Amino acid sequence: MAHIQLKNVHKSYGAAHVIKGVDLDIQSGEFMVFVGPSGCGKSTLLRLISGLEDITSGDLMFDSERVNNVLPSERGIAMVFQSYALYPHMNVYDNMAFGMKLAKSSKEEMDKRVRSAAEMLQIDHLLDRLPKQLSGGQRQRVAIGRAIVRDPRVFLFDEPLSNLDAALRVQTRLEIARLHHDMETVTMIYVTHDQVEAMTLADRICVLRDGIVEQVGTPAELYEAPNSLFVAGFIGSPKMNFLEGKFAEAYGCHTLGIRSEHIDLDSENPVWQGEVVHTEDLGSDHFLFVEIGSSEPVIIRRSGKTTIKYGTHVGLRPQEQNLHRFGTDGRPVA
Amino acid sequence: MVNRYVKKTAFYSVVVLIVVIAVFPFYYAILTSFKSGTGLFQVNYFPVEFDFSNYKSVLGGRGFIRSVINSVFVAGTTVLIALFLAVTASYALARVRFRGRGLLLMTILAVSMFPQIAVLAGLFELVRFMGIYNTPWALIMSYVIFTLPFTVWVLTTFMRDLPIEIEEAAIVDGATPWIIISKVFMPLLWPALVTTGLLAFIGAWNEFLFALTFTVSETQRTVPVAIALLSGASEQEIPWGNIMAASVIVTVPLVVLVLIFQRKIVAGLTAGGVKG
Repeated sequence: MAHIQLKNVHKSYGAAHVIKGVDLDIQSGEFMVFVGPSGCGKSTLLRLISGLEDITSGDLMFDSERVNNVLPSERGIAMVFQSYALYPHMNVYDNMAFGMKLAKSSKEEMDKRVRSAAEMLQIDHLLDRLPKQLSGGQRQRVAIGRAIVRDPRVFLFDEPLSNLDAALRVQTRLEIARLHHDMETVTMIYVTHDQVEAMTLADRICVLRDGIVEQVGTPAELYEAPNSLFVAGFIGSPKMNFLEGKFAEAYGCHTLGIRSEHIDLDSENPVWQGEVVHTEDLGSDHFLFVEIGSSEPVIIRRSGKTTIKYGTHVGLRPQEQNLHRFGTDGRPVA
Repeated sequence: MVNRYVKKTAFYSVVVLIVVIAVFPFYYAILTSFKSGTGLFQVNYFPVEFDFSNYKSVLGGRGFIRSVINSVFVAGTTVLIALFLAVTASYALARVRFRGRGLLLMTILAVSMFPQIAVLAGLFELVRFMGIYNTPWALIMSYVIFTLPFTVWVLTTFMRDLPIEIEEAAIVDGATPWIIISKVFMPLLWPALVTTGLLAFIGAWNEFLFALTFTVSETQRTVPVAIALLSGASEQEIPWGNIMAASVIVTVPLVVLVLIFQRKIVAGLTAGGVKG
């Protein structure tokens, strides 16, 4: 519903310059994920959009209207926090209704919205409980429900899954994805440090580093055509293999990047050779760690179970069309 | 084995000693309040008679009931004003970033370091200037001044520990600072409010020096002054029986208050933390 534009946005805390000029265009109804290592400014950027922090300089536009000085509650946003941030002394119903109560909405309207949001998230049987009587997953659903009830133009998520255990994280991730499909018109911005969450949820990902946007694009674009060494290393699991020195020189670059699934075993006409120093079997596929004389072992991903034993000598051949060549500045070489 | 018994015995004898020393003065006051006539001057450590004449004469005497009402009004109003100011001040001190915040906190603490007698003259001038001499408001003002530093400090500490995300969630929900304080923080601060409020009440209830200085007429007196100025049949007689009975009467409300709120304090502290 809201088309969000950031124009040369800066944020400083005293002398500390945290956001160093961000230009970003987030389409209406888009699911945008901010991802980056801790301290890169992704949470700060979200808080600038929410209005919880003031923008030092630059413009923030919602549907071409400048909202730099608009109160958070009047921007039409809803926010889900990492620590849930439920009101401990209110039951689930009151937690979800608090915003509407403050807005002096009618009782019927409020009741209708709270109940429909609760049904949507399957927490309608918990409405009388206090937050302390709920599990972590239920609390986070209540927090999401509270956001839905506000009927926002923009949904903001600040690492909402970080406090959940692994199984619950996958389940809640699915629910957030479903929410995005159900509320097609609502723009969603999601902050995470977990690139798996970013890849699975996002329409587009914005990779941040040191307060600067490194790259914006669809998950596939970032995976297949990273425009810097940093993005190439950050997106994808396991991490992209980086080779330097003579390995890279053979391909006319400073650093050669190759994803684990783009290396084939080739004993007849190998490009690199080495010994398997470690194997990891994940059931559906497996990883081979091969020591070829580079700074770190090369990781190769193959489907099925391992048939190659530790210590075996193997030959490798990278797929030429899937090589990533980077120069000394960390940018791709044409 | 023997060693353990020795340790246990030593532990409990120390406990008993402390309890006896702490409770004895009050116990002796109760004991004395039930005595009459010359019985007052016989030293007994156990009750020998139950004579309610002291209580009758205190409650029947001029002005005592009036003094109790004065005390309730003064202490109650002091608590309400002090808590209101302290809650709003501590929100600012804990959550609003401004220049000189640390200095201000230290200054507030410094105010409470002066002995009462040092500020008595200045306060007296102030009371006269404001035209509230010989009214309960003179006492309320001076008690609030002396209660606030402690109250503000305790509440600021509590307020700092409340998760910032809860406040931010409320801001996103459209809450103003006043709504945040009254609807979100106050319910979470109950244990702290009860504790500080109770201490403020006890302080105001028992205060003597200001109460003696800032009131003259009998109808404006609070209980501690009224008790001190209880007079006997003649100038030579100090009515110990009445004094003790009056003391016991005015202590009972405090004990009741503590017992009521003690449950609340404990319930609040064990309510399972603040984190949603």
